[in-house]
Amino acid sequence: MMADDPQKTDLEIFRARQKARNRVMGLVLVALAVLFFAITIVKMGLHSAGQM
Amino acid sequence: MGGGKIMESTNTLSLPADWRDFFALTKPRVMTLVIFTGLCGLLAAPGTIHPVLAFTAILCIAVGAGGAAALNQWWEADIDAGMKRTANRPLPSGRMERSSARDFGFALSGGSVMVMGLANGVLPAAILALSIFYYAWIYTVWLKPRTPQNIVIGGGAGAFPPLIGWVAVTGHITLMPVLLFLIIFMWTPPHFWALALFVQTDYAKVGIPMMPVVAGERATRRQILAYAALLLPLAATPWFIGGAGAIYGVSALVLGGIFLALSIKVGLRTSVPGDGMVPEKRLFAFSIIYLFALFAVLVADRFVTLQGWQ
Repeated sequence: MMADDPQKTDLEIFRARQKARNRVMGLVLVALAVLFFAITIVKMGLHSAGQM
Repeated sequence: MGGGKIMESTNTLSLPADWRDFFALTKPRVMTLVIFTGLCGLLAAPGTIHPVLAFTAILCIAVGAGGAAALNQWWEADIDAGMKRTANRPLPSGRMERSSARDFGFALSGGSVMVMGLANGVLPAAILALSIFYYAWIYTVWLKPRTPQNIVIGGGAGAFPPLIGWVAVTGHITLMPVLLFLIIFMWTPPHFWALALFVQTDYAKVGIPMMPVVAGERATRRQILAYAALLLPLAATPWFIGGAGAIYGVSALVLGGIFLALSIKVGLRTSVPGDGMVPEKRLFAFSIIYLFALFAVLVADRFVTLQGWQ
């Protein structure tokens, strides 16, 4: 893990970490939404093509 | 506690763990091997799979392995704190709360099995669930602290990815994916014991009954040799039974021959203080190359066969 900036106060570190975690969580959720959408489309396609 | 506590108004807040520490919990370096062998199982399997579903299968294998690794570190935080190699992990170093690692591990494990079930079917999802349970409970909780054979049986946990990848394509278990499972199963003891020989002091310190600690160095060296000797014909078996072509077969024999030669050096020697354990380090390094190369050749062999070149 990268070390926190020693110049920052604990409150600033707290907020920076929260912000970074929120950002990562947001990216993960968007990626999951895209993945589920893609899986659904593929499954529907395979189903209508009679491959399932 | 995650790096300390701060006061805000009248409440005491814990510093949240950094997202990079959550990533570190998944043991990304181990995951590369898991992803690679899982992908090779998927690519070597007869049949076709839609790229989106293939991607999902590999993602679920990787995330499931990450979840199992997080659960492993949650359970072993105290042991990790006592070993130089693991003391800087997020939990023993105090950068993360134990409950966070536990919740993260369960979320990744459950999520990966669920998504795999929806995308790839019940059988690969069930095998993925079994592999997570195998690593997080059978190996970590049950075997590792109890028996020096922990690595032998626990090696099964790392052997599941190619089986899952294969079953994600075919939808059923046949002899070939079982052989791929067995190859990694047989490869794990010499790979891990070579490492355990040169980090022996650490395991002894925390009371983990690794083979060199309990049975001694001599017995460990003999067993490394025995497993390497068994691995050589086993790795070539896919060729013997017609599941893979000559490119794979010859490569498996050559790679296995080198693995065995390095294991003979380790198996027949007695170390002396200050000798640097060079043969053991060499065997450990080659064992990683061996597995990567063997599975890469398996995929190349399938590609060549599909093109009608052999």
